[in-house]
Amino acid sequence: MSLKIGSLKRSIWVYHLACSPCNNCDIEILDVLTPRFDVERFGIVLVGSPRHADALLVTGMVNRQIKPRLQEAYRQTPKPCVVFAIGSCAVSGNFFRRSYNMAGPVDRVIKEIDPNAIVVYVPGCPPKPEAIISSVVKAIKFLDNLKKKKVKV
Amino acid sequence: MPILYYLVFPGFVFVSVVGLLTAWFDRKLTARIQWRKGPPILQNFYDVIKLLTKEVVIPESANPTIFLLAPAIALSASVLVATMLGIYNMNYNASFVGDLIVLWYLLTIPSIMIILGASASGNPLASVGAEREINQLFAYEFPMIIAFCVVIFRVGSISIGKILEYQAANGPILYSVSGVLAFIVVLFALQAKLGLVPFDIPEAETELGAGIFMEYSGAALGAFKLTKAILLYVSPVFLITLFWGGIKVHGLGLLWAFLKYILIIVIMTLLRNTNPRLRIDQSIKYFWGWMTLISIIAFILMRVGY
Repeated sequence: MSLKIGSLKRSIWVYHLACSPCNNCDIEILDVLTPRFDVERFGIVLVGSPRHADALLVTGMVNRQIKPRLQEAYRQTPKPCVVFAIGSCAVSGNFFRRSYNMAGPVDRVIKEIDPNAIVVYVPGCPPKPEAIISSVVKAIKFLDNLKKKKVKV
Repeated sequence: MPILYYLVFPGFVFVSVVGLLTAWFDRKLTARIQWRKGPPILQNFYDVIKLLTKEVVIPESANPTIFLLAPAIALSASVLVATMLGIYNMNYNASFVGDLIVLWYLLTIPSIMIILGASASGNPLASVGAEREINQLFAYEFPMIIAFCVVIFRVGSISIGKILEYQAANGPILYSVSGVLAFIVVLFALQAKLGLVPFDIPEAETELGAGIFMEYSGAALGAFKLTKAILLYVSPVFLITLFWGGIKVHGLGLLWAFLKYILIIVIMTLLRNTNPRLRIDQSIKYFWGWMTLISIIAFILMRVGY
């Protein structure tokens, strides 16, 4: 178990899911992946398929059209996996929260199908690259706690 | 004892460790070229262990038997190639007539298993990747065989032990015009076999997602990653064995072998970092055009005596 989480937290492969964002958060995510911030030194790599992913980077308020797709992508991701809700829209709905096509913020949509999902919130409109990296650090600390408590993921 | 050879020393444990360290070296060098810091030294071990401990998702559209068998066969074939090369370099007499052909077949198996696995997964993007992999396989095998013929006809034997003995007596095959040309052809062919960047058309992350590995997850993907790492170790050793006098496992020979190994890896990484990805038709034109021409010129030069 400790080997599992120990290697997971050192090699988080991320898959980028844009769930009706305004693209601002997506650009910040791309900034994080540039040589300037170089997240490969923590083992973070962008992959092209949710099957390879350990973390889903979800941006945007989730509208009704994209909701089943997000849930399907989460189901298809091999567990254990972490969901990052990036940006105010993904965290709370921001000013779309009373919109007619809003299907709920990311955590509600994900927890509908898996109540034990690990969701990391990164507020900001858009969050700075530093904020995204610090959220990854927080997720790693959370995984460490799981390791100490010997919780099954 | 043969099972220990296969599992421990020139075999599985040794080549996995060396292969993963080589893959780290490749990534670190890439990072330094891009003015980054790069991953820590054990990064590829973390990646593979993580993949081995993760859940394996089998898609509904897949044929589960072939889908799961393909990575296992690819891994065992690549380990077998590494073991055979290791044993021949330690003991020239262990070799038998025609083992170069056996090695060439075994080197083809990982590519075929990738094609089978991708086709069995039932994913349209993976099937496009598999189609490209088939095209590429046909493209690079042809010049590679002609380049092998340069070595075979020069030595007058298909046995790797004889090739090594010849090089120990007459100097490496690389130190001649035909040898250099054939070396270049095999280097490019192995680059294509490994799916490194100018020839990573089947994987093509920006076009096909992950291409041939699209549906693989967990331990199955880990086995494929390990196969790629082992092939990354096999290809320089193969080049050194065929063209550069082999690896002498005692005294200064080991240091020279290490330097040759690093040099070939650096060349492959630089090729990977300084070239954009080709289209599949460009890749085939490149191998059936330029590379075939160079290998035929090498063959003629070898017959004339250069």
